[in-house]
Amino acid sequence: MAKLIQFLALFCSILLVSGCMAQHEGKLKIIGSDTMVILGQAWAERYMELHTDKTVSVTGGGSGVGITAIIEGGTDVAQSSREIKESEIKRAGANGANPVKTEVAYDGIAIIVNPSNPVDQLTIDQVGAIFKGEIKSWGEMGGSDGPIGIYSRESSSGTYEFMKEHVLKKADYAPSTKYSSGNAAIVESVSQDKTAVGYVGVAYAKQRNDVKILRIAKNEGPGYLPTKEAVKSGEYPIARSLNFYTNGEPKGEAREFIDFVLSPEGKAITEELGYFG
Amino acid sequence: MKRDLFGNAMGRLTHIVAYTSIAVIALIFVFLFLEGYRIFGYEDPAHLFFGTEWQPTSENPRYEMLTLIVGSLFVTLGAMAIGVPLAVGCAVYLSEIAPQWLEEILKPAIEIIAGIPSVVIGFFALVVLAPLLSQVFGIPSGLTALNGALMLAVMIIPTVETISEDALRSVPRGYRHASLAMGATEWETIRQVVVPSAMPGIGVGVLLGFGRAIGETMVVLMATGNASMIPTGFLDPVRTMTGTIAAEMGEVARGSPHYFALFMVGCILFLISFGVNLVANQFIRREDR
Repeated sequence: MAKLIQFLALFCSILLVSGCMAQHEGKLKIIGSDTMVILGQAWAERYMELHTDKTVSVTGGGSGVGITAIIEGGTDVAQSSREIKESEIKRAGANGANPVKTEVAYDGIAIIVNPSNPVDQLTIDQVGAIFKGEIKSWGEMGGSDGPIGIYSRESSSGTYEFMKEHVLKKADYAPSTKYSSGNAAIVESVSQDKTAVGYVGVAYAKQRNDVKILRIAKNEGPGYLPTKEAVKSGEYPIARSLNFYTNGEPKGEAREFIDFVLSPEGKAITEELGYFG
Repeated sequence: MKRDLFGNAMGRLTHIVAYTSIAVIALIFVFLFLEGYRIFGYEDPAHLFFGTEWQPTSENPRYEMLTLIVGSLFVTLGAMAIGVPLAVGCAVYLSEIAPQWLEEILKPAIEIIAGIPSVVIGFFALVVLAPLLSQVFGIPSGLTALNGALMLAVMIIPTVETISEDALRSVPRGYRHASLAMGATEWETIRQVVVPSAMPGIGVGVLLGFGRAIGETMVVLMATGNASMIPTGFLDPVRTMTGTIAAEMGEVARGSPHYFALFMVGCILFLISFGVNLVANQFIRREDR
């Protein structure tokens, strides 16, 4: 019995001490974009290997969730796959927060279809028209006749906002659009549905050989696959920067982590995962 | 004297606890409503409740929630149609027919269903059941109302089964003996004596199952496709009230019309659950008489 009490006392004191250490030493909290979760976790893992005294926790939820957390002081760094919105800047001002952007990577958004679909290339306007529900059959684009199954992310997703803004030109998604809560769910659905079209971060599409990535053309000109060269040169038209937002210029733990992400080693991780550093 | 004091104190405490739980529910509704009613400043009630365009992130936003209400009811009623006969049948079998040893295996098995996390069931629906449905019915995508209804049916079975079984077991032995003594067969006894006497209890089970199904979120979010259209059949995708709140609340700006609209969806959901529970209570009271 005495031994048990001794053991418990020791155990509790270890918990206490480690708890205190965790608070004082570098603990960095990162919340936001679902597209960036894999990326953030890979950076964090390597970073923690290099600095064993630091902890970085990375969680998803969507870019909006991350930015809200920055505004309300719930996180150190927000990952966001879109720019901050006017309304969010206003809210930040009201809360006394000052979100500052750091671009940490570049991402192409892949337009994916089922491998059995004969269509290989679309123009960006065609992609917009499909998601708006104006083009109703694959027959209009050289595929087999029949309805198009449209798959989109939920409205909390930065990728959703980006598509709406830059490809749908702010029009609404078709009412028949099916919404999935993550990139992986969209890839899953598109791989099963012969009539499907969906959009996901390139990294998610590249990992799978049961979906086909389409070449996308600006309205005049050749189509490009979302490769590093095409994304960084802007030849691939559906691309964006992936950002960190911090409250004020990044400093302390956040600064160190961002420096690591932008170092050659950090960029190597970025590229390994199919994004562009 | 001392004991009396203690007893009085405990009695008062239980009163306080009971009133607190009522107060909590009332406060939840007041909170929902205070946030939700402000949507009337942006969308008139006719559109809000009877329009079919849910486009909250549009340049020209429309907060019309009929598709969501219909979507939820569609999936839930589908789940009831599939799940209730299975659950009640199961309850009859376990309470009236099954031998003791089999009951000891089946009963825990059913209770385990209640313990499966809903996200696991949702994942199963997405990865396994949806492709199967699309093959069986020859439709492009299995993410349909039927997919959600099948999964919800499984989830309500433990609730409906347990309550129905309790109701069946509480039918007095004497009823059965009397019926058998009159020359009725075992099946006739079950069908015409035991089940009718247990009906109010079974009704309660069914209603609580309904409440469980309409409130379920993760499964419908993953399984039903979430397209905001009025479905024309069970092979169409639907968007539910719970799924909409879960998917959109994370992004929404506090104090925006979209935020108020989601709270109004919450109000409707609350009122439906509340109504169902009231009806269930009526059943319980009738049973007591």
